[in-house]
Amino acid sequence: MRTRRVIAGIGIFGLAAAGAALALAWRPAIAPVPPPAPASFDPALVRRGADLALIGDCRTCHTTSGGAAFAGGLPLPTPFGTLYSTNITPDPETGIGRWSEAAFARALREGVDREGRHLYPAFPYDHYSATSDDDVRALYAFFMTRPAVAATPPPNELPFPLNIRLTLAGWKLLFLHPRDLAPDPTKDAVWHRGRYLVEGLGHCGACHSPRNLLGAEVVSRAYEGGEAEGWRAYALGAASRAPVPWDEAALTQYLREGFHPLHGVARGPMAPVVENLAAVPREEVVAMARYLASLGAGSGTATPPLDPSSGPGQAPQSAGMQAAIEGAGTDLYAATCAACHEGERPPPFGGVSLALSTAISGESPRNLVNVILEGLPARGGTGQPIMPGFGAVLTDAQVASLAAGLRRRFGGGAPWPDLEPAIREARAARHLAARPAAAITPAMTPAMTR
Amino acid sequence: MTSMILNGERRAVRAAPDTPLLYVLREEFGLNAAKFGCGLGQCGACTVVIDGAAVFSCVTPVMLAENRQVTTLEGLGTAEAPGPLQRAFIDAQAAQCGYCIPGMMMRAHALLTRAPDASDAAIRAELEPHLCRCGTQMRILRAIRRAADAMRPRSTAEAGR
Amino acid sequence: MTLSRRAVLAGTGALILAFSLGSARAQTETGKGEGPRKRGLPGSLDDTPRLDAWIRVGPDGAVTVLTGKAELGQGLKTALLQIAAEELKAPLARLSLVTADTGRTADEGYTAASHSVQDSGTAIRHAAAQVRTLLIGEAARRLGVPAEQLRAEDGAVLGPGGARIGYGDLVTDALLTAEAQPASSLTPAAEYAVLGRPVPRIDIPAKVTGGAAYIQDLRPPGLLHARVVRPPSYGAILIEVDAAAVERLPGVVKVVRDGTFLGVVAEGEWTAIQAMRRLATSARWRETASLPDAAALPDALRALPSRDSTILERGAAGGAGTVIEGTFTRPYLAHGSIGPSCAIAEWQDGGVTVWSHSQGVFPLRRALAGLLRLPDDKVRCIHAEGAGCYGQNGADDAAADAALLARAVPGRPVRVQWMREQEHAWEPFGPGMVASVRAAVTPDGRVADWTHEVWSPSHMMRPGPPGALLAAREIAEPFPPAPPVALAQPEGGGDRNAIPLYAFPNARVVHHFLPEMPLRGSSMRSLGGYLNVMAIESTMDDLARAAGLDPVTFRLRHLTDARAGAVVEAAARRFGWDGRSARAGGGFGFAFARYKNLEAYCAVVVEITLDRETGRVAIERVVAAVDTGEVVNPDGVANQIEGGILQAASWTLFERVAFDRTRVTSVDWSAYPILRFSAVPRSVEVHIVAQPDQPFLGVAEAAQGPAGAALANAIRDATGHRLCDLPLTAGRIKAALGA
Repeated sequence: MRTRRVIAGIGIFGLAAAGAALALAWRPAIAPVPPPAPASFDPALVRRGADLALIGDCRTCHTTSGGAAFAGGLPLPTPFGTLYSTNITPDPETGIGRWSEAAFARALREGVDREGRHLYPAFPYDHYSATSDDDVRALYAFFMTRPAVAATPPPNELPFPLNIRLTLAGWKLLFLHPRDLAPDPTKDAVWHRGRYLVEGLGHCGACHSPRNLLGAEVVSRAYEGGEAEGWRAYALGAASRAPVPWDEAALTQYLREGFHPLHGVARGPMAPVVENLAAVPREEVVAMARYLASLGAGSGTATPPLDPSSGPGQAPQSAGMQAAIEGAGTDLYAATCAACHEGERPPPFGGVSLALSTAISGESPRNLVNVILEGLPARGGTGQPIMPGFGAVLTDAQVASLAAGLRRRFGGGAPWPDLEPAIREARAARHLAARPAAAITPAMTPAMTR
Repeated sequence: MTSMILNGERRAVRAAPDTPLLYVLREEFGLNAAKFGCGLGQCGACTVVIDGAAVFSCVTPVMLAENRQVTTLEGLGTAEAPGPLQRAFIDAQAAQCGYCIPGMMMRAHALLTRAPDASDAAIRAELEPHLCRCGTQMRILRAIRRAADAMRPRSTAEAGR
Repeated sequence: MTLSRRAVLAGTGALILAFSLGSARAQTETGKGEGPRKRGLPGSLDDTPRLDAWIRVGPDGAVTVLTGKAELGQGLKTALLQIAAEELKAPLARLSLVTADTGRTADEGYTAASHSVQDSGTAIRHAAAQVRTLLIGEAARRLGVPAEQLRAEDGAVLGPGGARIGYGDLVTDALLTAEAQPASSLTPAAEYAVLGRPVPRIDIPAKVTGGAAYIQDLRPPGLLHARVVRPPSYGAILIEVDAAAVERLPGVVKVVRDGTFLGVVAEGEWTAIQAMRRLATSARWRETASLPDAAALPDALRALPSRDSTILERGAAGGAGTVIEGTFTRPYLAHGSIGPSCAIAEWQDGGVTVWSHSQGVFPLRRALAGLLRLPDDKVRCIHAEGAGCYGQNGADDAAADAALLARAVPGRPVRVQWMREQEHAWEPFGPGMVASVRAAVTPDGRVADWTHEVWSPSHMMRPGPPGALLAAREIAEPFPPAPPVALAQPEGGGDRNAIPLYAFPNARVVHHFLPEMPLRGSSMRSLGGYLNVMAIESTMDDLARAAGLDPVTFRLRHLTDARAGAVVEAAARRFGWDGRSARAGGGFGFAFARYKNLEAYCAVVVEITLDRETGRVAIERVVAAVDTGEVVNPDGVANQIEGGILQAASWTLFERVAFDRTRVTSVDWSAYPILRFSAVPRSVEVHIVAQPDQPFLGVAEAAQGPAGAALANAIRDATGHRLCDLPLTAGRIKAALGA
């Protein structure tokens, strides 16, 4: 996912490193080419590229809300300033229309644009570097056959010296290394495909791994959880604190459908990811799930209270969910949350049992706080869970008390030490709900066309 | 016992603290504007303003309104002396069945109070939590625009005093 | 019931020609107008000829107008008062209106099918004009001058020499008991002072200031609140429930159980809701998996037994040309009233008074009387406005619930309101349908052959029979299910608008009426018209494309009705159709229909922008032209057309009732998404093609068909693919596009 925090601390260090490695840092331009005709690309290759672009979440960062696809301009706020994504449509003047496949490949894998400028690592070339030649070719075919849109993103708003791109050369020297994707004879082909996608185009670690002060992923602590746009990207694999451990089937469903009955729904920056994955061939998602499941099961020990395949309980869905627990008194959970979260209606449209929620058991309170404050807002005419936010009526003290109480009540673990700052930060970050959430439309029939 | 400041008047509440504000407004205080639509915070028909923010009264226990300023559509004017937002909805004939309208007006009221210069795009985005089934949205947008334009000179004048 | 319709219902499945109308009036969605006209009087006067059934004048000159129709948010009250004020020559402010009430007003059947201004407006217009004539006649008698020297103005009759007698002084007990005459002296359009003007709606000020505007706002003294617990699925049987525990809760007055019907009455609304939830939690049900596979609904519908009738047979089949065919499907659609259904009932002296937002208080009275085993005159039904219903929602069912629950606590009014999930799960949906069209176009752009078949369950399951009410099927001694009604042509039900208005020399239209109903269904705006117009207008678009002709030109070529042509031309001109220019991702769509082939003409142009990467559609601009005959209130017409366009956009892009093999699962707005503001068009324009001297034509449902079809055609234009299965979701568009 989009990495908004990458350049923490690049600063002076990067400048020095860049100075020392100036010779290494300088990269030549690659000669422009006449924009290739869209018809010159094999349609099958274009289709493959479309799937890969979805797995790479390309559109998610390179398109503004309501803007033309891939035309760039989406602001990527960071603690040090704001970056704007670039136009990757084949417009010859403002996009990548004059880029050769070699220039495209270099940008993707090395983070250097056609003109030879270093790109900021908000563009996750540290993952895309793993992309195979075949897949680069397919992606190139896909992007060169998109409608060309003339659009120039606003200039990045970065202070000196971060606005000197050469500083990035030093960063790359330290952190841009080929990923070790050597074959593992104990694993099957599906797993290998999954690893290739997760470590490469899927760039899961960009959000789900911690980063160091220089904004680079800490390789030794991969998938121990990270930050994304004001949300916690929870630990995956062995470090996962999900109450019910994830397995391949659950991951597959979650990544494809955007929810799992024992885990809840994908929201925040994960929402566009699952929306993208919903449209790629199922086997690619199965492969990713197999690899992710192989990272370990985590520490969860919860017993699922219901068989997810059993559907809704006995109570009629049509009974009316909106009754608080009787005699809730001043218990906030009973009066505001329980009606839906104990309503016998399963996810995605019913609230997940909070005993199953990683938001309660997770290593950070941030997501719980975000959801209490902002809810899951309704977006567009798509089927998706809607939860009202309570930020307007709950004081910070009430949010803290509710969150801490939920952690206690549902056995989430030791009290969070950082609850108050999380609430302050969440209140300050009003952009949380800005991104349209993914549609969840279980089992839609394919369209009949004539 | 909870008490709140309802449309400018302090009112004591008899209902249990976990009662949703909607039922307190409708039953205890006999107000009509806030409507039951879904009870789930999905449609916006129950929207009222608490301390300047639009909230779904159907999912807000009355205890959370303790000592707060609660404004309902009744607080913006009457049929005889409509407030500027109400005037604009009448002038734009911005209703069909009208059931969703009070909730929309309250969110618009909160928006225009907070951001008198709200753009058309901002007004649309703000209304996303609200449903209208009659398809009156074009008129609703026109009415809010009209109200914003009508209210702005006055608020500017007040600011200048 | 007409002979021809009985023939259809008794049909063996063979194709039979039916619905020859002759002098009989076919059964319509309003439930009235069947059989020959009784008296040859205009509109609903034919059923209810006494003038004082429509117009009463008090001694103070205040005028009461009565209608058997109901305000549903469509602006009916204002329109009818405009009509009455115009013909009576009385100031609008002196007029008040009484709407549908079995104790007071004429029986005008259902307020449905865009019939109200035609039926009731026409009656009121003529009654008002005749009352004016009678008042002038009375003044002439009193003043001793010929009536020709008098005129009515501002609620009084004026004569020579400044003579002026107010209506209140003229009216006598006997005067208005007269029966209407066939001829009225109507005001010519050129003299209109109130009619045809954009008079502000009388109901809006209360609605925007928190006045008591809806049935939900009625609070008679001693009011009790009630909730029902509906079963989890169709046909589920209540096995056990702990009623005693709930009855012991403070504030709970009574738990009522009768078979599977279950409800609770309480002093307060929130108490009732909590008690309902407690009841629901303790209830055990036996459910049956009786629903079809939702993913294969169209196949399931077509596999049902059908009663077939050929409703059009013209020329010869098999005309040669380029063949275009398509099978169009629509899922079940929810009415989706924003306010769940509500009713108030009060028992007194062995009878019951029910306040309901039903579209038909008289048929509801019959159904309730049957359910409660009372004579009709022991049941009074009074219309009180609810949220917009768009057809038969849960209104009548809630009325039955209230009547049953109130019977347990006589002497106190009981208010029942459904929960959101109940409305979404139990309302009678707009039925799922299939329409298939096969047509051929010659190289010179003429439609040489046309076959349209439509498969649809009934769109008319309204009460009348008690078995049409949910509660009547749940009680221990249940009523038999109401028989499915196939509404007759020319208005039609599932086959509404299936007969093309275009002058095709060779055409067949077959209606496959499906008596079985996989899901509960009934009337929803435009009935089958929405899908049939979608099928016809999509095919017309594809035929034009196949013939290499502009779709507007192609339509005009096949239209012989001058008013139709004028509306098509007006929409194209106002939009700037000829000057439209292609944009990346842009698409333009055009569609036209005359609602029911009898009511308002409407043409719609839609411009969209399509995001090819996601399949999302943004509606940029919509331009509609409408001819609704004489216009009572132009702003009211615009409001209805705008609303129809947006509602149809929502149906077309987003909506689908979801269900598994046992239960309806789309029980709220998260699982049944509809249009939100982010998908609202950037602009919508409505242009009225004036026809001041023509009869009123129904307008409230005129836009749904053409708006949906124009949107589908715009999507075809932008994608190059014809999507035939509704809804045309982003996911389906994306899937059709591939990469």
